[in-house]
Amino acid sequence: MVDKNGKKKLTTKERMQIPRNPMPEQEPNDRICNFDEVPYGYTPELAMAEAERCIMCPKPKCISGCPVEVDIPAFIRMISEGDFVGAARKIKETNALPAICGRVCPQEEQCEAVCVLVKKYKPVAIGYLERFVANFEREHAEIRIPELPPSTGKKIAVVGSGPAGLTVAADLAQMGHKVIIFEALHKPGGVLIYGIPEFRLPKKVVAAEVDYLRKLGVEVNTSYVVGKLDTVDELFEMDFDAVFVGTGAGLPNFMRIEGENLNGVYSANEFLTRSNLMAAYDFPEHDTPIFVGKNVAVLGGGNTAMDSVRTSLRLGAQNGYIVYRRSRKEMPARIEEIHHAEQEGVQFHFLTNPVRYIGNDEGWVTDMECIKMELGEPDASGRRRPIPIEGSNFVIPVDTVVVAVGNSSNPLIPRTTPGLETNKWGNIVVNEKTMMSSRPGIFAGGDIVTGGATVILAAGAGKVAARAIHKYVMGIPFEEEKEEEKEEATRGT
Amino acid sequence: MFEIIDKRELCDKVYQFKIRAQHLAKKAKAGQFVILRKDEMGERVPMSIGGLDPASGVLTVVIQEVGKTSASMNRMKTGDHFADVVGPLGIPSHIEKFGHCVCIGGGVGIPPIRPIAQALKEIGNKVTTIIGSRTKDLLIFEQELREASHELLISTDDGSYGTHGFVTTILQKMIDDGGHIDMVIAIGPVPMMKAVVATTREPKIKTYVSLNPIMVDGTGMCGACRVTVGGKTRFACVDGPDFDGHEVDFDEMTKRMKMYVRYEKQAYDRFLQDEHCRLAKAAEAPKDKNA
Ligand SMILES: Cc1cc2nc3c(=O)[nH]c(=O)nc-3n(C[C@H](O)[C@H](O)[C@H](O)COP(=O)(O)OP(=O)(O)OC[C@H]3O[C@@H](n4cnc5c(N)ncnc54)[C@H](O)[C@@H]3O)c2cc1C
Ligand SMILES: Cc1cc2nc3c(=O)[nH]c(=O)nc-3n(C[C@H](O)[C@H](O)[C@H](O)COP(=O)(O)OP(=O)(O)OC[C@H]3O[C@@H](n4cnc5c(N)ncnc54)[C@H](O)[C@@H]3O)c2cc1C
Ligand code: SF4
Ligand code: FES
Repeated sequence: MVDKNGKKKLTTKERMQIPRNPMPEQEPNDRICNFDEVPYGYTPELAMAEAERCIMCPKPKCISGCPVEVDIPAFIRMISEGDFVGAARKIKETNALPAICGRVCPQEEQCEAVCVLVKKYKPVAIGYLERFVANFEREHAEIRIPELPPSTGKKIAVVGSGPAGLTVAADLAQMGHKVIIFEALHKPGGVLIYGIPEFRLPKKVVAAEVDYLRKLGVEVNTSYVVGKLDTVDELFEMDFDAVFVGTGAGLPNFMRIEGENLNGVYSANEFLTRSNLMAAYDFPEHDTPIFVGKNVAVLGGGNTAMDSVRTSLRLGAQNGYIVYRRSRKEMPARIEEIHHAEQEGVQFHFLTNPVRYIGNDEGWVTDMECIKMELGEPDASGRRRPIPIEGSNFVIPVDTVVVAVGNSSNPLIPRTTPGLETNKWGNIVVNEKTMMSSRPGIFAGGDIVTGGATVILAAGAGKVAARAIHKYVMGIPFEEEKEEEKEEATRGT
Repeated sequence: MFEIIDKRELCDKVYQFKIRAQHLAKKAKAGQFVILRKDEMGERVPMSIGGLDPASGVLTVVIQEVGKTSASMNRMKTGDHFADVVGPLGIPSHIEKFGHCVCIGGGVGIPPIRPIAQALKEIGNKVTTIIGSRTKDLLIFEQELREASHELLISTDDGSYGTHGFVTTILQKMIDDGGHIDMVIAIGPVPMMKAVVATTREPKIKTYVSLNPIMVDGTGMCGACRVTVGGKTRFACVDGPDFDGHEVDFDEMTKRMKMYVRYEKQAYDRFLQDEHCRLAKAAEAPKDKNA
């Protein structure tokens, strides 16, 4: 703990030897009976103690580990000085969504993976600190609405309100543009609202970001399906000067195996949407039902799979299984979520793949036939390719199956926007420096460009796009002005 | 918020709503549907478009009470608002010059037949419409469809009006009489659509059906609405709702539509119980005063 009156200066060695401060969290047995957030969050004391562990590297690697290059040592220094609000604002210079990223970024692969402490000790808990300062800022009502520059008279449409859309909107509004968001669902936030469960990302955190946008003058139109109500071209006819497409990767993949349309077999999107967006966990107070049987098998090894299986336990499943075709090491989920799932009693079937579902006469799934897999040569993704082991089939009894094997991009916008180039996966093709598509004035970013990725990459794409959209609508050429770019970046927040 | 500008009972448990949805009414086409949400606690329920008035920005839907959500919507009044009206969703019906089209509607599948019949008629098809119900009192939209088609034929299960029998009784007779039919489109309860498809299979008449599986988002995001058509899984909300009837696996769809019966019954019973108590209390109140 830090000594309040006159902190002593610690040596680097002393700092490194402080053990990482664990996150206080709900006990597994308690939390599987509720949807409350699992970690309680650092207290100011814990945060300051953790900040002491940072040795303030002269050439900090963590910054380059962060996809948007948050100035990590700078914000950690502010924490150790007790300036929590200042720290939050420091992060917001480059990342508009710290309360969200602090909770959902795969820190162990990004900033914390390259922290110098990682070799001999445990890395500084950058994510926990980020989460702490963002919470502190929100809870102490110190959200500052920046003074907005005079209106430029330009109007920009943002399609989709996931992290990409939210970031673009925030940045453009702060440059003096009129921004209108069009969101297909009845609540803004994208995956942050319909996909990621309350116990991992409380809805009020996302709602606070949306409120902030509204305070910046951004208009949010929900239940507005672009491509159906208006096409992108019709938005231009409505006097928009540019359109940003941040519609995500919302099309659920199925495995196309026998019995996949039996009752009880869900896509993760449906399962999570019912539980989160439609609040089916609160049925019948809320009208939307969800079916969770005794034995729930979730297919996949990503965050979506972990969210689904942990949701099923909270909805009363007795056995929650993860069925994953590779081994533990290849699972793409955040380490912390895998760890939480284990603590909550989730059972893992690694190197296992379903081959068909077996149902009863009423059309309900009763069993899942699986096959064992072994790992062969690395495939295009660099991970070792799973190969079925002939004759190793076995059957697991299941009442509910959740298919969480990834999403593809929804074709609605590309299909209704002539001339918008897409690649073979249906993702919109953009110039990476500007995020502009093959159609001048149409920009895109986030999962619709990359395929299912991460919140911080979507937000980062939003930042890049906002800068380019600003230039586009103001008639500033894209290339030449390196100077200008820097100026813009610092003016940001 | 979307205002109900007119609400009217059509028959027992079936109400017609005219909803102000300016932009949507201008964009929607025959065969599409909307998703309604009554309030913040509400479910998203798909409803077909039963009429469109682009000039005044008004949309017509007809809702039959089958469970909690439809019941609570049917308790709304003129001047009330829906929290959400999302759409237009789905691919519009295929409207082209076929020749002689037979449009078939049953139950609350009758209203969405109207814009389709109108559109087919407008581009020069000959349109015969067949509508059916259990009994005369449950027949809706007769006048509307008489106007929308060249010829209107009616069946009732009990023979209280029109032909005694089903819509397929009439359809079969048309075929048997050697009437030439180029295309059939049927909207209604699954058993009805299944019967229509069985009738047109042999004479190989192109038959579209408008499917109504359980949906959540209606934008292709969840897969709740998957149906098997021609051996392939399709999402009815974005690939449909109209499909080639001869290719649809109706048995699978029927089973899928029963996925939540247990919960639906629980919610509906609770709703009716609450309503009953409320009404009983209201009836008691004046008595107390007199005592
Ligand atoms: C269950 C789950 C858990 C995840 N967990 C993590 C995690 O822990 N960490 C992490 O970094 N990443 C995680 N991800 C991935 C991350 O959420 C996504 O990469 C990110 O949300 C992508 O952001 P986006 O803005 O591109 O799109 P999205 O968040 O997908 O938002 C797109 C929005 O556009 C709307 N939209 C689509 N089409 C239209 C249209 N035609 N008109 C209007 N609106 C439209 C959609 O309704 C949606 O609201 C998770 C994803 C899922 C599904
Ligand atoms: C494209 C389409 C068009 C439709 N058009 C009409 C219409 O014009 N008029 C009309 O009265 N009804 C229509 N329906 C059916 C209507 O959506 C359901 O009757 C309604 O959702 C029932 O909700 P509930 O809570 O009252 O009943 P519940 O008690 O929840 O369910 C009763 C039955 O309705 C079906 N159902 C339940 N939830 C849904 C859902 N979310 N989506 C679809 N079906 C569901 C199920 O088969 C269920 O067994 C349409 C459905 C679809 C998919
Ligand atoms: S945004 Fe993500 S990667 Fe960057 S510092 Fe924060 S937690 Fe680490
Ligand atoms: S209703 Fe969700 S995909 Fe069709």
